[in-house]
This record gives sequence, structure tokens and C-alpha cells, in this order.
Amino acid sequence: MSHATLTPKPSSLRGATLPKWFPWAVAAGAVVLGLGISTAAGLQSDIQWALIASLLFVLGSYGISAKVEGRRQARDRTATSLVWVAFLMALIPLASLIWETVKRGVKVLDGYFLTHSMGVVADTEPGGGIYHAIIGTLEQVGLATLISVPIGVLTAIYLVEYGRGRLAQAVTFFVDVMTGIPSIVAGLFVLSVWILLLDMGPSGFAGSMALSILMIPVVVRSTEEMLKLVPNELREASLALGVPKWRTILKVVLPTSIGGITTGVMLAIARITGETAPVLLLVWVTNFINTNPFSDPQASLPMYIYLQFANSGGSGAAYDRAWAAALTLIAFIMILNLVARGIARWKAPKTGR
Amino acid sequence: MAKRIDVSGLNAYYGSFLAIEDISMTVEPRSVTAFIGPSGCGKSTFLRTLNRMHEVTPGGRVDGKVMLDDENLYGAGIDPVAVRREVGMVFQRPNPFPTMSVYDNVAAGLRLNGKYKKSQLDDVVEKSLRGANLWNEVKDRLNKPGSGLSGGQQQRLCIARAIAVEPNVLLMDEPCSALDPISTLAIEDLIGELKERFTIVIVTHNMQQAARVSDRTAFFNLAAVGQPGKLIEIDDTERIFSNPSVQATEDYISGRFG
Repeated sequence: MSHATLTPKPSSLRGATLPKWFPWAVAAGAVVLGLGISTAAGLQSDIQWALIASLLFVLGSYGISAKVEGRRQARDRTATSLVWVAFLMALIPLASLIWETVKRGVKVLDGYFLTHSMGVVADTEPGGGIYHAIIGTLEQVGLATLISVPIGVLTAIYLVEYGRGRLAQAVTFFVDVMTGIPSIVAGLFVLSVWILLLDMGPSGFAGSMALSILMIPVVVRSTEEMLKLVPNELREASLALGVPKWRTILKVVLPTSIGGITTGVMLAIARITGETAPVLLLVWVTNFINTNPFSDPQASLPMYIYLQFANSGGSGAAYDRAWAAALTLIAFIMILNLVARGIARWKAPKTGR
Repeated sequence: MAKRIDVSGLNAYYGSFLAIEDISMTVEPRSVTAFIGPSGCGKSTFLRTLNRMHEVTPGGRVDGKVMLDDENLYGAGIDPVAVRREVGMVFQRPNPFPTMSVYDNVAAGLRLNGKYKKSQLDDVVEKSLRGANLWNEVKDRLNKPGSGLSGGQQQRLCIARAIAVEPNVLLMDEPCSALDPISTLAIEDLIGELKERFTIVIVTHNMQQAARVSDRTAFFNLAAVGQPGKLIEIDDTERIFSNPSVQATEDYISGRFG
């Protein structure tokens, strides 16, 4: 095989290499060509030129690299290009989602919007806010967390530290099954037990129970993984000091893994915060502030977004409010994730001198 | 403080697998006893039966007698947690608690057992760190994380942590195998000092180390892989290394085997 090498007598260890800016140049070329081809062919959609450009980028970097550098490097570049293309494709929906939400959401999102309820403002009128929905979401999610975290963490401790044999296998199996329960089914279950059988009215607490059915398996799974990461040597070191097992778990195992457990809990909270189905069945909705989660319907952000959108009746005001509430929900979850990362970093075992 | 250990007819199992068979020996108080032998012959397993750590391993099970002075560690109604307070242990890899500072690591045994007076704690920590020859190196960084020390310092920290609860016996499972020669020397010197106060049992793969630090040496061996490990002989260290009574011991020590 003859390579188009630049040096007349190539060393066996040194082949021709393309410059560092090569991928960027190919990418730019691919975009220009893609735009050119789609304009020439009269294609309308942005997706079409982007796909053409991606294809040209992957093929182009393989072709040129194979000519200059040889097949092995060319395959390496192809793999790298494919990873980049996949990364960008995954990023596009995320970026455009955030962009759309921010663009449409900031119109009515202000202090007034966050601190006032809808009250008697009609869906079609401007004004009103999401205070009642924020209160409802915070209380429902908070209660669900209070129920799920102790149950979930204790279950994980049982599975990792004590569980042997049939019972542990059964618990693991049912946790797996619970992970797959659709939220509407969890909602129906609580509806049939709490509201239909026990004859309780709709309330934030009923919603919390359904949300904790969704949250518990996530907490168990993540806590279990974190506890498994704690080296056995630490447990043995503590036991060998004559520390009872329960104290070892409480004072050595949990503190070592608390960062990861917190992250898992925060992610579980983020997951249930956006749930709409159980809330629809169990909490209903109201336009007024109800701070008591144990009686009467409460509002919540996902329901608010849905209803504002569904009942907008072509009114721009309701449409804007729905987007502003969506932005608030995203911001809430994002802040929660940042807090989780902060706690994980703060609580992580320190290695500094 | 130091107590005599008297083992008779001890078998240890992992599930149905017999790991060590029919071990009987006496460990004298205020002395260092070294266990040598090829990998997998059950030295560490036997060591762990001496403070009931063996049963922490899933499937771990022991029968036989281990007398600590006049109490059988495997007798009815004996609390393994209490046994481990009497018989401390240092592990192969240094394992300070990563969430705790140097000070908290040493205080961990007392704190986690919940019986201490705050005023005593400072004294105990200083005494234990001095006892482990670590005080001068860490006295200015007691509140820094224990995992920030060097490997040798971490291992001495673990020794300080083990002696802080004032055990009667100190078990060491290859305490120097992860350390450089200088740290090893520091630990060996320390073992020499600690034997004034404790009964020490040390597992080692380093025969020079056994010869340097121990008063008595026990040689363990196993007939073949999958067979249980056995105690071949135990004698004064000088005797084992100069004129052992069993041929297998001599072969092992002189490197003609394994």
C-alpha cells in the first residue's frame, strides 16, 4: 500500500498526520456543502441540510483521512465523528426545548406571577399567577419525599447490609417491578384504596402517596448502588473496633455514601415533580391557595400548565401563563439538581491534606 | 492487659468448604507471634477467627474453642461485639474512615461505642497517636482528613485507632504488605514497642519480617488447592528459622517450595 506521505523516507513509527484543525475544517466544509446542496435541490427543512452535512462530515473525514493517514486512523476518525454527530443530535432537542421555554416563558414570569394565585381571574384574562400551584407542588413533593426517603433508604440498607436469601430476592424483584409501574396506575391504586374504599376526599396527601409509590423504587435503587460502593474494608475496620453493626451502618457506611444517596434522592424528586397523572386523579385542582395538603383539592404546577394550555380558548394570556409555569418547573428541577451536586461535592469523602 | 490465647480443635468453614482444619496452639501474652505460609493456606482466616471477624463473611462458620485467658470466645452467650473490643485488628490495606479527620479516626472506637468522657478523649487520642509513633507527624493536622496521610502514616493511624480502645490482643493481617521499606521499618519498630502492652499476632508473607519481629512463629500449609489449611508447627522463631522440626517448614523457609 502506498501512502501519500509527505516525507520521502517515512520512519516506521511516524506516519503522516493531518493537522489539529482538520475536523473543524471538514465540519465547516460539510455544513457549507450541505447548505449548498439543499438550496440547489430546493429542500425547505433545516433537518435535511443538517442530515446531509452530518453524512458529509463522517464520510469526508473518513475519505480524506484514509488517503493521507491510512485506514486505521481513518476508522478512528470515523468513530470520533460519529460520536460527535450523535452528541450534537442529542443536544439539539434539549437546547431547543430550553430555548423555546425560556423565550415563551419570560413574557409573564415576574414577581407578581410567582406570588399571586389565579383566584377569580378567568382563564382567558391576563393576570393571575402560580403561587397556589407552587405551594401545592412543594407540599405534595415534600410529603412524598418524607414518605419515600425513609422507606427507600431503609429498604436499601436491608438489601445491602442484611438481606440474604429468599426475602431479599423477593424485595429486589418487587422493587424492579415497582420501577416500571406507570404513574397513572399508581394514581388509580391510591384512588381505589384511599378515595373509593376509605371514602377520603381528594387532597395533596393522596397525591403524595401515589408519588411516593413512584419515588420509592428510584430511591431504593440509587441508595443500594451507593451503599455497594462503600468498601467492605471500612465496615470490617469498624466492626473490628467492637462497634455494633447498626452503629457501623449509621456512623461509617451512611456518612461515606451520603453524597451519592442525596444525589439519588434529588434525582428521584426531580422525576416525580413533573408527574401529572396521579395529581389529576387524586389532588384535582383549584384556582385558590390551599396550604393544607390533607384536605381539599390543591393546585400543582404540572396540572396548572395542562389546564392553562387546554382551557386557553385561544387566549394569549393563558398560553403565556402555561409557558411561564413550565419555565418555573424546569428552573425548580434544575435548581434541585444543582443543589444535589453541591451536596454531593460537599459531603464527598475528602482527600485534601 | 495482655491476655493468653489458647486455641484447640478449631475448624473454620466458608459455606460447606472447610478452610482450616483442627488447629490448636497457644499464643503467649506480651509476645509477638507470626503466622507464615503460602497464600490460601488459611493464615488470615485463622487470624479472623480469633476476634470473631470470620463470621462477618457470608457463609463463615467456626467450630472449636478459642480461650482468651479463661473465657471461650465461641462459648454460649458470648457477644462478638464485646470480643472485638478485647481483640483489636489491623488490616492489610490501610483503611482510615474517609469521612473522618485524623482525630476522629483515632477517637472512632470510643465515640462509636458511645462510652467516653469528652475530657478524656483528647488524652486518649494523643496517647494512642504517640503509641503508634504518629503524634509528631500529625499533631498539627489533627483536623485534616485521615485519608490525606501517606500510606505508612495511614497504617499507623489504623494502629492508633485499634489501640485507642485498649484491647488485650492486637491482630495484624499483613500490615506492611502495602508499604515501602521505611514505613515497614516504622511499623516493625512499633510492633516491638507494642508487645510490652499487648499480645500481638501478625500474619506476614515476608519471612525476614517474621524473623525480625516475632518471638514465636507458626507455619501453616495446605496439602493441595481445595484442601483445608493446617498448622504444621509452631515454635520459637529462632528455632523455626534455624532448625525446624518438620521438613515442609524448612523447605518453605529456604525457598525450595512454593
